[in-house]
Amino acid sequence: MVDVPFDTVAGVPPAEVGEVELYHPRSWWTRYVFSQDAKVIAIQYSITAMSIGMVALVLSWLMRLQLGFPGTFSFIDPNQYLQFITMHGMIMVIYLLTALFLGGFGNYLIPLMVGARDMVFPYVNMLSYWVYLLAVVVLASTFFVPGGPTGAGWTLYPPQAILSGTPGQDWGIVLMLVSLILFIIGFTMGGLNYVVTVLQARTRGMTLMRLPLTVWGIFTATVMALLAFPALLVASVMLLLDRLLGTSFFMPTLVEMGTLTKYGGGSPILFQHLFWFFGHPEVYIVALPAFGIISDLISVHARKNIFGYRMMVWAIVAIGALSFVVWAHHMYVSGMHPYFGFFFATTTLIIAVPTAIKVYNWVLTLWRGDIHLTIPMLFALAFIITFVNGGLTGLFLGNVVVDVPLSDTMFVVAHFHMVMGIAPIMAVFGGLYHWYPKVTGRMLNEALGRFHFWVSFLGAYAIFFPMHYLGLLGMPRRYHDIGETAFVPASAHDLNAFMSVAALIVGFAQLVFLFNLIWSLFKGREAGGNPWGAASLEWQTPETPPGHGNWGKDLPIVYRWAYDYSVPGTAMDFVPQNEPPAGLSAQGAHP
Amino acid sequence: MAVAIILLLVAIASVLFHIFSPWWWTPLASNWRYIDDTITLTFWITGAVFFAVVAFMAYCVFRFRHTEGRRADYNPENKKLEWWLSVGTAIGVAAMLAPGLVVWHQFVTVPADATEVEVMGQQWQWSYRLPGKDGRLGTSDARNVSSDNPMGLSPDDAAGQDDVVIQNDDLHLPLGKPVKLLLRSIDVLHDFYVPEFRAKMDMIPGSVTYYWFTPTRTGTFEVLCAELCGAAHAQMRSKVIVDEEKDYHAWLEKQRTFAELSQQRNVAKAAYRSGSE
Repeated sequence: MVDVPFDTVAGVPPAEVGEVELYHPRSWWTRYVFSQDAKVIAIQYSITAMSIGMVALVLSWLMRLQLGFPGTFSFIDPNQYLQFITMHGMIMVIYLLTALFLGGFGNYLIPLMVGARDMVFPYVNMLSYWVYLLAVVVLASTFFVPGGPTGAGWTLYPPQAILSGTPGQDWGIVLMLVSLILFIIGFTMGGLNYVVTVLQARTRGMTLMRLPLTVWGIFTATVMALLAFPALLVASVMLLLDRLLGTSFFMPTLVEMGTLTKYGGGSPILFQHLFWFFGHPEVYIVALPAFGIISDLISVHARKNIFGYRMMVWAIVAIGALSFVVWAHHMYVSGMHPYFGFFFATTTLIIAVPTAIKVYNWVLTLWRGDIHLTIPMLFALAFIITFVNGGLTGLFLGNVVVDVPLSDTMFVVAHFHMVMGIAPIMAVFGGLYHWYPKVTGRMLNEALGRFHFWVSFLGAYAIFFPMHYLGLLGMPRRYHDIGETAFVPASAHDLNAFMSVAALIVGFAQLVFLFNLIWSLFKGREAGGNPWGAASLEWQTPETPPGHGNWGKDLPIVYRWAYDYSVPGTAMDFVPQNEPPAGLSAQGAHP
Repeated sequence: MAVAIILLLVAIASVLFHIFSPWWWTPLASNWRYIDDTITLTFWITGAVFFAVVAFMAYCVFRFRHTEGRRADYNPENKKLEWWLSVGTAIGVAAMLAPGLVVWHQFVTVPADATEVEVMGQQWQWSYRLPGKDGRLGTSDARNVSSDNPMGLSPDDAAGQDDVVIQNDDLHLPLGKPVKLLLRSIDVLHDFYVPEFRAKMDMIPGSVTYYWFTPTRTGTFEVLCAELCGAAHAQMRSKVIVDEEKDYHAWLEKQRTFAELSQQRNVAKAAYRSGSE
């Protein structure tokens, strides 16, 4: 226990550079459509991501209908099933989660949380969104081209991804790769912006170790994405060349439907290394922003500082760094040299330590808190449960020899949905309920929110927890129909049907959420500037929603970290970051 | 209160589901009991952590939920506690990793007396090849693949002539003898997967991969493809039948060699040609 507030300083260093004149929109178009304001871009990113996410949600219903009731729905054939899983996976991981966390939350929160007027490169930021939108349109167009979208699985492994035994071989795979390339170009523009803004545009007094953990999570994830996406970019370009020009980067001598092809000399494993060199960091690109958001939600709604802030920051950085040396744990049974298994199992299990520290610090923040069971807090609790569950099953799959029987089974599907599907989505929902009042000035409806929470959390848990056991049984993934298989008992089919019904119910709850988002925009309760009594800067804006330039005439000056809740000796149970310490007026800071 | 109870119920229900689940791994039919044991150990450690974390959360929600006049503690960090938790976690992780790596070492170390058996995957069927009397498998190449030579064996390699070729049929293996499966594909990725053997490995066109095991009980086991290989991935099935030694030899006697099959085709072709003239 300490009696003095943590990390307050008497003075604030002078501003090193003066303010730059902010651009100003001149018409309705440049204000709301081709806007350079990070807040508008954030909303554009979020709406686009959630729209394409709805497509992926519908695809998951179709998949679950097929798995739960095989043979019942004549409009789903094996080819379509493969197309559904591919598009569902790709959309959810990249076009929804990555775009929503970085483009949506990142754009809205970074400038506000660090005390900047906007991103440092507003024009590039705008371009980033429009290129992303183009990537989404190209992706969605594959549903309407001859042959339909690719059914290669979201991992797009060659050779099958570009050969005729896989659906979508004509147009689907080509447009998928083009869309990925566009996405990466768009993301790079946005990502450079986020990194430079965090490093260069923090307001006076906002040291790195005073940043809210949300910013730390998004910042680290963005740095990782800038390093990881290039691997996917080159893999996509090379695969595109193999498909269109007949090069053989990933194609050995092989037979296609009984006929010898002209390919020769390439390596299919090389693609897997490139893909997972991107793909594993991608897991943390989605997880780290969620870690940050959850840290802030728990702290605000338990009215208590986040426990072990410095350790939390270092854990984020350590996880980010380590995640670049674990990629081949996705490839234990790929046929790479088996001795790689020793190295990658060790690095993978080491990541468990900083990850566990984060979990301990979240639950220790609850200890002796003043826990308000608001909807954001409920989602934060659900995040911890699903993340711990999914993280622990990662210890099965990361431990090379345990992975051998479990890889490519439903156990893997259950694991990654729990850890990077459900858990991050819980963080997204928690974040949306938490910051919606700042974005719109109104609260989301409480009753609808609680309904949405309980159905989503318990329903998703009921889908994915039992699914592990089908994998343990040996049921392989990416099968549209397990059919008559000796080791699969009839009860497994019943379990599949149960999970499908749960999935449909959970899906329905998301429609309620969408309704709530729109309805509350007009009818929600007025929120005021700081409805949760939060200490971080974004809640201290002069207007709500924040106006152009965020801060009115003067930028805020920061005197303390973002977690001064229930400080002994203060009247209120929170102290805003920009409130000067007692005895020091705002002017008392060094000029 | 209700929230705390539901959180606790989630933890309890998860444990009960685990204990009473009728969905569990298939009865083991190979020497890889150590893999099952490592999974069991991992379940114990991770299960304890999961229950402890969720129960702790539920207690906090119950004990420290907001009531009029409650004020949270101010407690930024506790180096000692964080340090102990990190060390404890590291020990738990090591307790899972160490046995895992020991078993992995066994998994990748093929015993010298293992018999080689080739498995070939193609869209969407399995073929098998056993070494003949010379105990060696002949070479193969995807360029040799034709309707007469679907496995792409090298016609000029003497070592391959006596190889036993099994197409569109089940593979038999003798009980209790270590086998090294040599895995190969002529088109896309596949994965030879028999749940009861616990082992699996991808097959890659252009390379030969492998794994080994010893069948430990007789019976018929279903083969599945575990790596997405296109439209009929789910239908790519076959069977492995583990026999007693004498049944195995009786089966082996009836199989044809590569030379016999080629000759048979040539005879058939010649007959067809002479018939058509």
